[in-house]
Amino acid sequence: MIVVIDYNVGNVKSVCNAFCHIGCEVELSRESAVIEDAAGLVLPGVAAFGYAVSALGDLAELIKEVARAGKPLLGICVGYQMLFDQSSEYGRHKGLGLVEGSVVPIPPGRVIPHMGWNLVKLPEGMDLFSGLGEEKHFYFAHSFYADVTDGQSKIAYADYGFNMPVSIQKANIYGTQFHPEKSGRTGLKVLKNFAEICERKD
Amino acid sequence: MLTKRIIPCLDVKDNRVVKGVHFLNLRDAGDPVELGARYSDEGADELVFLDITATIRYRKTLVELVEKVAENVFIPFTVGGGIQTVEQIDELLRSGAEKVSVNTAAVDNPGILTEAAQRFGSQCVVLAIDARRPKEKTGRWQVCVKAGTEPTDIDVVEWAVKAEKLGAGEILLTSMDTDGTKAGYDNELNKAVSDAVNIPVIASGGAGKLEHLYDAIIDGGADAVLMASITHFGNYTIKQMKEYLRDRGIAVNL
Repeated sequence: MIVVIDYNVGNVKSVCNAFCHIGCEVELSRESAVIEDAAGLVLPGVAAFGYAVSALGDLAELIKEVARAGKPLLGICVGYQMLFDQSSEYGRHKGLGLVEGSVVPIPPGRVIPHMGWNLVKLPEGMDLFSGLGEEKHFYFAHSFYADVTDGQSKIAYADYGFNMPVSIQKANIYGTQFHPEKSGRTGLKVLKNFAEICERKD
Repeated sequence: MLTKRIIPCLDVKDNRVVKGVHFLNLRDAGDPVELGARYSDEGADELVFLDITATIRYRKTLVELVEKVAENVFIPFTVGGGIQTVEQIDELLRSGAEKVSVNTAAVDNPGILTEAAQRFGSQCVVLAIDARRPKEKTGRWQVCVKAGTEPTDIDVVEWAVKAEKLGAGEILLTSMDTDGTKAGYDNELNKAVSDAVNIPVIASGGAGKLEHLYDAIIDGGADAVLMASITHFGNYTIKQMKEYLRDRGIAVNL
């Protein structure tokens, strides 16, 4: 069972809809017992970073604990940004600190928010992208991005006038700045890959 | 670099997709959820659902439609039709829409654009403009409201500029003169608006051939092209449209 963490931000339903569509058992929950029992966790997020972190509240400690114990964790959009140490969106906020790096504004000189379909270069060895080839388009909607400094992370990039990190993998921790649940068939394949990672671990 | 977008538009009336010419003589084109799911699967970049029964007032059935679409469509979609309040926008976004489009409500109360942008972010707020060339040749276009039934004195380009300042994140620009004709987009209109604003402009009304899509992007400066007749009635697939654009050097998600 994949558990999508329910912490009252944005539209978390669409992530559940996408997992249902590809035939995965999925539950939306914030119960500790359910989270501890999950085969894998998804941390979605459509909100400002500070708001999302405070909405997560006590769940933050639990997520860190189970992630450090090896449970597969997938962060999406702001859920992905929260994996990092900190963000400078509307003030300074601490993240979960599971991956080293900071969430910073997309540099000026281009249209912000970065919204629409952009091409992501898919490096070999990133499990979320297996079977997808060398590059694929994904749907983005964000104004901040994670400047990844973690030496242990594999990183995928997109070109937005600079080389922007948009996805990471560090052991059992996965994250995408883009929305796989809104990226058509390619995005569904990414979710399917995550579900398979969870099954293998379970 | 972001790609140019191909956006099928589903005009919904009494729970069916319909398509007319110049907003009249509607023809049935299928079930909205089924058709939406098909386009999502075929590689459309986004979808637009417009409840054209609603234009005068918001209907609860729109929320039900959005919920069903969200269960079956895995690309971003915009919904519009008769939306008058920020609470209605909230309800539709919570039901699964990425963006909400307003037309008449914004003309009556431009503040709704600001209020919605501050609460949900301007990326959720689409201003729909139904534009018409007046009978006397002025080289300008007038804004029409209530599903095109009521012309106003408002100038389209001035309205687009004002709407961007107020908080609109995107403009869905429909030419009533070319709508449903399959004779090509009104690229003078598209160019006039896209030159005047910094937010993306979606060209709408008149797509009939593949080269019309190219022209709207190159001559009209559009960031996205919207079509209905040519996809609903099977003239071209999404893939054919994208391959055509790619072969002519336009970045698309293919």
